[in-house]
Amino acid sequence: MRIHVSPDNGVPIYMQIVSQLKYLVASGRLSPSDELPPIRTLAEQLLINPNTVARAYRELEQAGILISKRGSGTFVSDGGSPLARRERMRIVSERVDALLAEAHQLGIDTDELIQVIRKRDANMKPGPEERNSHD
Amino acid sequence: MTDTTPDAAMEMEQADCPVVVRNLLRTFGKKTALDRVNLSVPKGAVFGLVGENGAGKTTLIRHLLGLLRPESGRVRIFDMDPVEVPERVLARIGYLSEDRDLPNWARISELMRFTSSFYPTWDPVYAEELREMLQLDPDARVRNLSRGERAKAGLLIALAYRPELLILDEPSAGLDALVRRHILAAIIRTVADEGRTVIFSSHLLDEVERVADRIAMIDHGRIILSGPLDEVKAQHRLLTLQFAEPRKQLDLPGALFCEGTGRDWSVVSNGRLEELRAALVELHAEVVEERDPSLEEVFLARVRTTQHP
Repeated sequence: MRIHVSPDNGVPIYMQIVSQLKYLVASGRLSPSDELPPIRTLAEQLLINPNTVARAYRELEQAGILISKRGSGTFVSDGGSPLARRERMRIVSERVDALLAEAHQLGIDTDELIQVIRKRDANMKPGPEERNSHD
Repeated sequence: MTDTTPDAAMEMEQADCPVVVRNLLRTFGKKTALDRVNLSVPKGAVFGLVGENGAGKTTLIRHLLGLLRPESGRVRIFDMDPVEVPERVLARIGYLSEDRDLPNWARISELMRFTSSFYPTWDPVYAEELREMLQLDPDARVRNLSRGERAKAGLLIALAYRPELLILDEPSAGLDALVRRHILAAIIRTVADEGRTVIFSSHLLDEVERVADRIAMIDHGRIILSGPLDEVKAQHRLLTLQFAEPRKQLDLPGALFCEGTGRDWSVVSNGRLEELRAALVELHAEVVEERDPSLEEVFLARVRTTQHP
């Protein structure tokens, strides 16, 4: 788990942690029931006040993204919360925007791009026969 | 006598504040080094003392350690007077001075043994752990240490007896990034241990912003701003403005500090935002960006305002 904080970019440090952890969960790099580092460990790693980490964890617990089990630590909660889904859509939308911009610049219109996406998607999904042949 | 006398208020506050300073005054010749300083540091806090060189940070710290006697006013550490009972106070304080005054004749191992004899709470296992973590050679002589190693040695002997209060005077000054990391990590470990308190002075405001939860800003011997870091930051806003016509000068109600040239200006407000916005509408200024300022931006705005009122 890699998190970076920068104290002087105008965003409070605890918010930087909140949004990066949201991103890690939404993008699947942290999975349900994965354990998060203890507050003190993350504070030492990021060189920030432990209260700041505690505040970020608290905020994410309230949003249903993390769950703290007494005595055993903090974990990613099971089941995508509505917020996690919204976050996932946000991430995908950002990528799509970048893709659209690049495609348009290269003279490929949106309909053509959608066709390319379908084609690539079909290529990525191995059919049942193919999967059998690999087994 | 009523409860509202300063002394009674001070006694009440003392309960959860290992450090209380009231109306502390100190002059050196004609210069006022500390001008009626008031300060309370609650237990468990990481307290950042910020100010320019010569603002009075070290003088204040020397009063906390009982190295200077208050000219007037009071200093109470763990509810004791550090000038009256220095040995009882200092046994509970870990201190890293700005000039890292260590005995030059000693080897690291001797420095550790020598220091341990002063502190009943010295933890030899922890001391050895720290030595290894900080990569200090036990046979190296203090006189041959680099600047960074000297700071690490000073840090080791300030931490190894697990003091209730850790005071660091400009711990990062002149050190490379790696040693600075060790120092910040030590601050974090200290405060993460239940109930320990840290006071550190620094002019590296991004470090203060990382680890402090309370700050006091000192300028020309006066505390010009103090409180929880979140509150201090929330009291300020930074606005980037663009005017239709270039301006030579800008003076806005509700603004603490204005800076810029031509059409582009930035303004730090100290909370009187309504007043400021009204003035901006009148001047046809466009707000290009608005955000919370960093501690450094707050500091610069505050200090420059005091210097050029």
